[in-house]
Amino acid sequence: MLRDARLVARKDLRIELVSKVIAGQIVPFGLIVLLLFGLAVSPDLAVLGRDGRSVLAQVAPGLFWVAVVLSALLAVGRSFAVEAQDGNLDALKMTGLDPAGVFLGKAAAVAVELFILELILGIGAFILYGTPIASWALLAATIVLTTAGITAAGTVYAALAAGLRVRDTLVPLLLLPVLTPVLLGASIATEAALFGPPSDGWSWVLLLGAFALLYVGVGIVAFGSIMEE
Amino acid sequence: MGRAQSSSEADVSPSASASADAATPASRAQRLSTSSRLTRVLGIAGLLLLGIMLAFGLWFSGPEIAMRDSVRLLYIHVPSVFVAYLCFGVTFLGSVQYLRNQSSFWDLMAHAAAEIGVLFVVFVLVTGSLWGKPTWGTYWQWDPRLTSTSMMLLMYVGYLALRRLDLPGEVRSQRAAVLGIVSILNVIVVHYSVKWWRSLHQSQTFGIDTQMDGLMLFSFFLGVIAFLAIGAWLLVHRFRVGWMESQLDEIRLEHALVERRNEGRAYPREDDLLQVRPGES
Repeated sequence: MLRDARLVARKDLRIELVSKVIAGQIVPFGLIVLLLFGLAVSPDLAVLGRDGRSVLAQVAPGLFWVAVVLSALLAVGRSFAVEAQDGNLDALKMTGLDPAGVFLGKAAAVAVELFILELILGIGAFILYGTPIASWALLAATIVLTTAGITAAGTVYAALAAGLRVRDTLVPLLLLPVLTPVLLGASIATEAALFGPPSDGWSWVLLLGAFALLYVGVGIVAFGSIMEE
Repeated sequence: MGRAQSSSEADVSPSASASADAATPASRAQRLSTSSRLTRVLGIAGLLLLGIMLAFGLWFSGPEIAMRDSVRLLYIHVPSVFVAYLCFGVTFLGSVQYLRNQSSFWDLMAHAAAEIGVLFVVFVLVTGSLWGKPTWGTYWQWDPRLTSTSMMLLMYVGYLALRRLDLPGEVRSQRAAVLGIVSILNVIVVHYSVKWWRSLHQSQTFGIDTQMDGLMLFSFFLGVIAFLAIGAWLLVHRFRVGWMESQLDEIRLEHALVERRNEGRAYPREDDLLQVRPGES
C-alpha cells in the first residue's frame, strides 16, 4: 500500500514539475485572494479591545485559511483533472495498484503542493496583514494537521466527482461544508499561535488531528468502492 | 378549521387526482400513480392529525411562561427535526445496504429519504428563524444548532446534486452511496466542532428552559405523530416516483435500441416497434 502510494505521489509531483500548474496558476490565485481580502477589509481600521489591533490583523488567521481552502479546491481538482484525460483513470485502475495506496499517494502529492502554497501565502499574509507570531510550535502543528485534513477530505470528494463534466462546480459544493470543522479549528489555533496564549490552540490542534485521521481512514476504506465501477 | 384544511389538502394529493381519471378498465391498468391504500391511509391520517394538532397547539393549549406564544412554533419545529434526522438515517442505512448487495430498492430509498430530509430541514430552519425573531430579537444567531443544521442542509443539497447528475446508473448509485455514508460522519463532526466553537466564545446559551404542561405536551406529541405520518407518506410517494423514473429509463433504452436497429434497415419491421408500445405508456 505504501509502495503504491509512493509511486502515485511521485507520478503526480513529476507531472506538476513539468506542467507547473500549481506554481504558475494556483499559488498566484491564492495571493490574489489574500490581496482582495486586504482590500475588502480596511487595513487601517483599528477597533477597541484585543489590544487595539487592526481589523485586518484580527481576522488574518481566518482569511489566510479561507485563501488556503479556496486554493486547495483548485489543487485537488487539478489532481483529478490530470487523470480525466485520455482515459487515465481507467489506466490507473488497470495497473492493479491498491486503491488505498492510490488515495494516499494522490493525497500526499496534494499535501506537498499545499505545504509550498501555505508557505508562500503565509509569508504573504505575514507581510500584508502585519501579524506577530507567538508560538512557532503551535503554528507548525496547526499547518501540518490542517493540510492533512484538507487534502484527505479533498481527495475523497474530488474522487467522487472525478470524470464528471460538472466536476468543477460539484467539488466545492460537496467539500466546503465538510471543511467547516477544519476551518474553525485552524483559524482558532492559528489565532492562538499568532497572538497567544498558545494554550488556547492546542485543544483545537487535537480536533484537526482527529479530523485528518478520520478522513485518511475514510479514504483508505472508501477509495476502493469509489474507483470500482 | 383544521379538519377543513386537511380534507382540502387531501384532494390535491396524487391519490385523489389519479383515481379521478381512471375511468375505463384499460386506462386503470395503465395508469401511472404513486398512490396505494398505504399512502392514502398515511396521508389522510397525517393531515387529520395535523389539523387536530393545530387546534390544540393554537387554541386549547396556553402560552408558555418564558416564550409566551412563540412556544407554539415548537410543536411543528421539533417534530420536523425528528423527521429530517430519521430521513438522513434512512439515507445512511440505504447507502450501506446498497454497497453491501447493490439493492436498487435501497438505492432509491436512500435518494427519496435524502430529498424528504432536505425538505424538512428547510422547514426546520424557517420555523427556527421565525421563532428566533421574537425570542432572540433576530432571525439568525450564530447558535451552534442553527449553524450546524444549515451546514447539514448544504451537505445533503450536495448529495442531491450528485444524484441529479447524468451518469450511468450504477456509477451514480455507487458514488452516492459512499457520499450518503460519509455525510453522516460529517454531520456528527460538524455538530460537535461548532458546538465546541460557540462554547469557547461565549458561555451564554440561547436555549430557554421550557416548562410544558399537560396540554402543551399533548400538542407536541400530536405534532410528532402527525409529522412522522406525513414524512412517511411523502417518502413512499417519492420512492415510487424514483422507481418509475428508473423504469422509464429502461423503456427509453429499449426504445433507443430498437430505433438504432431499424436505422440499418430500409423498411423498419413493424413487430419491432410493436414490441415496445405496451411498455411505452
